[in-house]
Amino acid sequence: MPKCKYDWPEAGERHLIGTRIDRIDGPAKSSGQAKYTYDINRPGMLFGKIVACPYAHAKIKSIDTAEAEKLPGVKVHLVQNVGTEIQWAGDEVVYVAAPTEELASDAVAKVKVEYDVLPHLVHDEDLSKVGDRGKPAAEQKSGDTVAAFKDPDAVISEGFYGTPIVTHCCLEAHGQVTEWADAQNLKVWASTQNLSGLPGAIAEAIGVPATNIEIFTPYMGGGFGSKFGPDRWGIECSKFSKEVGKPIKMMLERDLELMMAGSRPSHYAKVRVAAKKDGTITAWESDSWSTGGPAGGGKPPIPYVFNIPNQVTRHTSVSTNTGPARAWRAPNHPQSAVLTMCALDDLAAKLNMDPIEFFHKNADLASERTEVYRQELRKAAELADWQKLWHPRGDKTPGHIKRGLGVSMHTWGGRGHNSNCNVTVNPDGSVEVALGSQDLGTGTRTIIALTAAETFGLPIEAITVKIGDSKYPASGASGGSTTVGGVSASTRRGTIDARDQLFAAVAPGLGAQPDQLEAVGGKIQVKGDSSKSLTWKQACAKLGVKPVQVTGKNPGLCELGSSGVGGVEIADVSIDTETGLVKINKMVCVQDCGLVLDLKTAESQCYGALIMGITYSLFEEKIMDATTGRMVNPNMEFYKLAGIGDIGELVVHMMTGPGYDERGVIGLGEPPVISPGAAISNAVANAIGVRIPTIPITPDKVLAALEKGGMA
Amino acid sequence: MQAFEYASPTSKEAAVKLLASEWGETEVLAGGTDLLSLMKDQGSAPKRVVSLAAVKELKAIEYNPSTGLRLGALVTLRELLDSAEVRKPYPALIEAAEGVRSPQLHSMGTVGGDLLQRPRCWYYRGGYGLLAQMDGKSLVPDGENQYHAILGNSGPAYFVNPSSFAPILIALGAKVRLFGPGGARDVSLDKFYGTPTSADQREYDLKPNEILTDILVPAAGGAKMAVYEVRQKEALDWPLAAAAVVLNLDGKTVKSARVVLGHVAPTPWPSPEAEAALAGKTVSESVAEEAGKAALAKATPLSKNAYKVQLARVAVKRAVLAAAEGGA
Ligand SMILES: Cc1cc2nc3c(=O)[nH]c(=O)nc-3n(C[C@H](O)[C@H](O)[C@H](O)COP(=O)(O)OP(=O)(O)OC[C@H]3O[C@@H](n4cnc5c(N)ncnc54)[C@H](O)[C@@H]3O)c2cc1C
Repeated sequence: MPKCKYDWPEAGERHLIGTRIDRIDGPAKSSGQAKYTYDINRPGMLFGKIVACPYAHAKIKSIDTAEAEKLPGVKVHLVQNVGTEIQWAGDEVVYVAAPTEELASDAVAKVKVEYDVLPHLVHDEDLSKVGDRGKPAAEQKSGDTVAAFKDPDAVISEGFYGTPIVTHCCLEAHGQVTEWADAQNLKVWASTQNLSGLPGAIAEAIGVPATNIEIFTPYMGGGFGSKFGPDRWGIECSKFSKEVGKPIKMMLERDLELMMAGSRPSHYAKVRVAAKKDGTITAWESDSWSTGGPAGGGKPPIPYVFNIPNQVTRHTSVSTNTGPARAWRAPNHPQSAVLTMCALDDLAAKLNMDPIEFFHKNADLASERTEVYRQELRKAAELADWQKLWHPRGDKTPGHIKRGLGVSMHTWGGRGHNSNCNVTVNPDGSVEVALGSQDLGTGTRTIIALTAAETFGLPIEAITVKIGDSKYPASGASGGSTTVGGVSASTRRGTIDARDQLFAAVAPGLGAQPDQLEAVGGKIQVKGDSSKSLTWKQACAKLGVKPVQVTGKNPGLCELGSSGVGGVEIADVSIDTETGLVKINKMVCVQDCGLVLDLKTAESQCYGALIMGITYSLFEEKIMDATTGRMVNPNMEFYKLAGIGDIGELVVHMMTGPGYDERGVIGLGEPPVISPGAAISNAVANAIGVRIPTIPITPDKVLAALEKGGMA
Repeated sequence: MQAFEYASPTSKEAAVKLLASEWGETEVLAGGTDLLSLMKDQGSAPKRVVSLAAVKELKAIEYNPSTGLRLGALVTLRELLDSAEVRKPYPALIEAAEGVRSPQLHSMGTVGGDLLQRPRCWYYRGGYGLLAQMDGKSLVPDGENQYHAILGNSGPAYFVNPSSFAPILIALGAKVRLFGPGGARDVSLDKFYGTPTSADQREYDLKPNEILTDILVPAAGGAKMAVYEVRQKEALDWPLAAAAVVLNLDGKTVKSARVVLGHVAPTPWPSPEAEAALAGKTVSESVAEEAGKAALAKATPLSKNAYKVQLARVAVKRAVLAAAEGGA
């Protein structure tokens, strides 16, 4: 079959793809030249601050802003009215804006709001205590679990597993600067994962057409799924700016950021799982529950990865006053990995099987990626020195330090989103690619430049990438690990078309047909005959006064990417059984994502995911006080995040080459963050011989479990 | 944060004159690593802030082998770490400073500020006052008390003293010199801390118009010493439990010991029980373990912090072993 015109170059023909490329915006970021939303200051701008409800559940009785409005230059804007029922502490009631941040804070303190306090619920780990806040939400059955569990050959393991609510804790808080250019035209500098979608999401609420709204997100300090919408603060600040006739900057303070700008739902489950004595998994039964705030919590995709033939799953959704849920890097997958992979690990222990062998044995149940998982299991075991270091449950070596290894597997989609770009090749040789995308910190800018440079045979510095402005051609939201597939495909198609137009312009001069030309090493030349060539600059000069301008699109002709990845991670930990402290010795991440464009930014995603994973496995929890209904740790002191000393050695291996590259580009941002919780929990169980049912694995839980009967 | 007047006097006399005689009116500023965050969180709203940065005499480090060490209150953790004079006779003071594993805190935080930093109780920091009360009742006993006191916690205070220096300084027999309108007074550090019974009291014996000028540490006389802190995270975190131990040895036998626990009670917590368990013994793993058990025998953990009893036992044990093996 002839190769499609729009395709990625073959292995031998790539000059940038698959190599390690530094991010092109690294210097701008590390020198402070990169301007984030937080850094934007506009002439006459006011600072907005939030009067938040201190109660977890309450009805607004009265609002009095008179004292605040007496302060010089202070303006107020009501967000919720008297009579409204508030569902979480931190929810916004009134906005104030003032010429300085300090004055805005003073004004917040002067707004008086009275509430009728209502009963709240902020804990859900113990389902028996949630009363009528728990509602049966789903029940699914397949196969015959009753028979499978009754089978005399069945080995059955039962357990309770769970993960509490954690937050996103983006380095850059949510927020924006809103400015009206005139009565009809709004500019918003927003920290958003959804630049091109934001005008449409704001337009109706503020009563101007989407075309009159321009969004800027040149740089962004992380979103992790929490920044898709304009949010109430985006919409209300747009209105507020119009009311006061001035730009307003409102970025959430850290406490409100942690309290209300995103929770990853909790997930708990009682699980029964069975296998035949030879290790073949036969049946799964689970009663799960979760909360993602007032709207409750949806059913997790369990059993995870393994398509167990006989299964019944029941789920209860618990409505709590803990703040609203938002997508968190691989929504529901990290929790599902804990519920499933920990249960399966306990089953493997009961079968006296090495869990890697157990996963190999059951890899057939892991959908169409069986062979990928097998390869990844082998590679991960090799990198973790599993053969040498793994032992059956309970490290029997003397002393109070116990070492253990644990493994987990995951899956994700990651098909490229819709994306459009404008490619311009100018007669002076300069090249520009513009698209309405955003770089969350993942390296999107670099990927676009790399893709264009690859097509044109140019060094990466030769490409100017323009993103972060909603006036550029629309590109999808950065969610679901869809960005790399989307922007690389639109850029590849656009640059191939542009290159072909350039070939057409220069072919006659080279005495060749356009399809006989290639763009390599900064030259346009006749394939295989470098004596017939033009430098890139000379070639572009042939364009005369008319630049090449084309639009690239995804989806489009020919597939440049696909969907679906696996991934295996192994944790190697040591536990001090006297203190219950867990130390990470090493984390191994083996990940596929089809064709890897920039090996360095790909590996960086995995490193970052491992660190984030270690953090939620050992430290993170939105800790709520039952009496006040408030989060007690809404700051970076008590909302503990791992530091460089806490993460151990991180080993990342990307699966590439034949069998992987042909799948085209697939997203990677999410999958590697899924497995750390289960892998670490399994490693701890392997070390001390007893399961810590819930993450984070804190010293109190370890000591309590050891007291109940660890092997250590 | 509310607007305030800022003063930067150059002498301790001038500083004291700028201070009010009631808490809440004025605050003393050293490195600001604690005070500023309290003020930002509205935990303190002084009308005047008196910086001690320009009072040069508070920066001294003076060591004399026979009389001991005088540390000016404004000595930073970095200066302490860099001081060869302190390192040799008092290795455990260096260990305490190293435990605060943050270059920023080392650069800005002062030894005086460390001794006087306010409790980290999250209810206090979250706006419920020093005694963590709502409607006159403490939120701690039925609440999120995983980091709270396990000793001296019959109420109304349940927070723990956060200082890493106080336990070892008490174990070394240190005094603090306080300077007020009536001149200087010295207070033994083990008498300096107290448990407040109302939210407007302080958890130490400093008057609102006094400043801490010096920390006076007796000569160590060849004593062996160590601190051991159980930390969940390597950096930017407080210990979950800590112990400081000073041993006077006769050969291998303990003539006398000082054992002071940290992060277990509203004050640093000297343990005569552990000291008695060590006296006359040759230090071994089991002797050290007995000392740890003795120190915690009277612990009264709250609903979520029983684990801290074990951590504190281990801290004592490991500090005893480290002291016996280790420095000075
Ligand atoms: C994330 C984090 C982790 C930390 N971890 C630890 C730890 O593990 N162990 C530990 O011990 N500490 C720890 N600290 C605390 C740190 O050591 C203290 O904040 C610091 O030592 C205080 O010194 P300062 O000079 O900045 O004090 P300031 O903030 O200036 O003052 C603190 C208090 O003391 C008063 N004060 C200061 N000096 C005087 C004086 N001379 N006379 C009268 N009053 C005075 C102030 O009025 C204020 O109330 C940590 C702090 C942070 C932010």
